[in-house]
Amino acid sequence: MTNHPTVTADRRDGLAVIYTKGYINNQAGEEIARVAYVLIDEGHKALLLNLEGTTIVNSIGISILIEIIEKMIEIGGRLAFCRLTPTIDKTFHIMGLTQYAPIYGDEATAVAALRG
Amino acid sequence: MNGQAILREVTLTLPMAPDMEVAASKTATAIAEFMKMSPDRIDEVRMAVIEACINAFEHSHSPDRQVTMTFEVVGKREPEELRITVRDFGVGFDPETLEEPSIEAKLREDRKRGWGLKIIRGLMDEVEIHSGREGTTVVMSKRRR
Repeated sequence: MTNHPTVTADRRDGLAVIYTKGYINNQAGEEIARVAYVLIDEGHKALLLNLEGTTIVNSIGISILIEIIEKMIEIGGRLAFCRLTPTIDKTFHIMGLTQYAPIYGDEATAVAALRG
Repeated sequence: MNGQAILREVTLTLPMAPDMEVAASKTATAIAEFMKMSPDRIDEVRMAVIEACINAFEHSHSPDRQVTMTFEVVGKREPEELRITVRDFGVGFDPETLEEPSIEAKLREDRKRGWGLKIIRGLMDEVEIHSGREGTTVVMSKRRR
């Protein structure tokens, strides 16, 4: 059994959207972090994680997302999520991530909120 | 069991190997679909199964390097509940000594992990843990609706 997660980024004038596809386990989490840190180094202080392509995550992958949240707090940046499945949304609420990274239903609303 | 019976039972033996938790989650999904559980509840079961497997894989130090997972469809005549038992023969632990993780604490700590049980308890209807020197058994249940 192989997991082929993909992580892509769309840069938009100070804000970047990271798209995930596939199972977010430790491998995928590390790839998300790698992309996020590149974007941060480029000066993007607002990051949106669009998880439309992901239906499964595990807590190892989510722990890596917490590291990204920590980094964003450090630099005074903002992170948000959009297009989560109900279960991933519920899981993020259980873990308290939403206190530091809000969840939006769609990308347009999330982008507007991050720019606002 | 209040007149309830085990209507179906499936047992898996999972090797502790990367992504084996996904195999377990697919079995959980198939059984929950058979029970006509709603898609959201199926997803919650799937996530809890993944977390239970990962916990066993990472913390049990089971000498046989495997985890047994039993899925029981329970009900009087129709499926009413999915009961999942995750069993390892590892070193065990004391659930009472585990500190409940919090995001505030994790943001201050180097180690961001330790969320598995909290997630399982948040997604499943009932969770029991029995653990000792002969291993750990986690029994978690989700009602059909």
